[in-house]
Amino acid sequence: MERTALRRRLTWQLAEVLAVTRETPRVRRIRLRPPDWPGHVAGQHVDVRLTAPDGYTAQRSYSIASPPSQPETELIVERLDDGEVSPYLTDELRPGDLLEVRGPIGGYFVWPEHADTPVQLVAGGSGVVPFVAMLAHHRTSGSDVDVRLLYSVRTDADVIARDELRPRPESAVVLTFTRDAPADWTGPRGRIDRELLVRHTAPPEQRPAILICGSTPFVEAVTRELVAIGHAAERIKTERYGGMGDTS
Amino acid sequence: MNASDSTDTGRLDGNVLGGPLAELFAADLTVAIVACVHCGDQAPMAAFQVYADAPAFVVRCPGCTGVVMRCASDPRGVRFEMTGVRLLSVEAPPADET
Amino acid sequence: MSHVSRGFTGRRRDAPAGRLPPGQYDVGDGFPVLSAGPVPYTEPDEWDFTVQGQVDQVRRWSWQEFQQLPREPVTVDIHCVTSWSKFDTRWEGVAVETLLQDVETAGEYVLAFCDGGYTTNLPLDDVVDGKAWVVDTYDGSPLVPEHGGPARLLVPHLYFWKSAKWVRGLALNLVDEPGFWENFGYHNYGDPWKEQRYAGD
Repeated sequence: MERTALRRRLTWQLAEVLAVTRETPRVRRIRLRPPDWPGHVAGQHVDVRLTAPDGYTAQRSYSIASPPSQPETELIVERLDDGEVSPYLTDELRPGDLLEVRGPIGGYFVWPEHADTPVQLVAGGSGVVPFVAMLAHHRTSGSDVDVRLLYSVRTDADVIARDELRPRPESAVVLTFTRDAPADWTGPRGRIDRELLVRHTAPPEQRPAILICGSTPFVEAVTRELVAIGHAAERIKTERYGGMGDTS
Repeated sequence: MNASDSTDTGRLDGNVLGGPLAELFAADLTVAIVACVHCGDQAPMAAFQVYADAPAFVVRCPGCTGVVMRCASDPRGVRFEMTGVRLLSVEAPPADET
Repeated sequence: MSHVSRGFTGRRRDAPAGRLPPGQYDVGDGFPVLSAGPVPYTEPDEWDFTVQGQVDQVRRWSWQEFQQLPREPVTVDIHCVTSWSKFDTRWEGVAVETLLQDVETAGEYVLAFCDGGYTTNLPLDDVVDGKAWVVDTYDGSPLVPEHGGPARLLVPHLYFWKSAKWVRGLALNLVDEPGFWENFGYHNYGDPWKEQRYAGD
């Protein structure tokens, strides 16, 4: 059960951009140093605000990809072709720039630190970003929570955070490729559907705490299937991203 | 969990309200339980539907899609209405938290 | 205003002088869809349009009856309060004064009401005399639901939030009743040339 804690006032601050690196053809990892960062919980996000010379502003939310133990704050941003903010972040932003951010934000879609049942993460495309932070935190904090990730992605070239998501004994990461799998792939293929969920996620008897992140159509389709399989709706938390998400 | 058949891709959820509401409230309201005045359903605010590309955030009930709140936050300031909220409940923090 | 993001210009483009109201930019070929809720889907045989409220007699047209009314093409510039403008948009529909023909009313205000619950208010004077239409055709094709189909109001001299999507009728009123955005701090009238975006502007 979440608690809402009183906290100090959240204000905009100018973070220095330390690095912008290519994660996939359409995705960039942005490393930031906000001057006054209180630390965060895996799963939280920041708001990013851009201001044009004439005063016009555009603002979007982005999940934090780095775990709490990492001093520098990382975002992973996918370029949406008709987006107003993401193309600037992926194409224009450079080290040395200042980026106006507000955060960390959110007490709902966060790592369940004291979970006593398995934690099942389900991600579509760039919806994997908050789970990158959660899995890194799980590893660096030596957590004994039984965590699993089912991650749907178009092709091998689209896999985000390949390093953090490498299969490890302590976390089960299952990928499914919806458009093109690698030549030697023996794992799941196709969109996440009921069969894939039954086969590759913790069953209802284990009462997993479920977190789903991706586009709205993805999140709602997966939620419907998990409820149909027998998971309690109250055990499922969702976070929706703008864009079409992981569609072919 | 979601009675609406439409999964319009432009729609987000109450997680995005955390930043704008932090301009008004000290507590994180995205975990508050919100009761919809139209249908009575209750859910955490984060689970509500948010239409984010209109001139303001329009927050709708995931059960009946009725408007529960509207929030506009821009350099001029914040405008917020919650006439569609019958009740908003926030759990007290544990005794050991400041 | 403090920080400016290096290299960020938004979607702005320069536009021919005189056609852009203050604070607007030309969106060119785009036509943004801004929604405050789920898109309603109303079939023609479910649709009707009514003129009601402070009237001698309610008027009602089915879709077939609406199609029989005198109609005209309309080419206008439109201006959204979120700052995009679009030039020379081509519509086709029925002038509001045709729908109000022979209606006896003491009302001076109208409230447009729509599928999905949206409302917007206007002075009666601002929807007659060639200032407003109920349109069902955009760019030569039937108006799609995402853009307000089967029919929307078109009131190009005011900000585009007054051009209510999914319109189902007009209620004539003696008093001015603010609609969905008007009661959330947006300007009651909404003249883009006076930049009347917010109440008090």
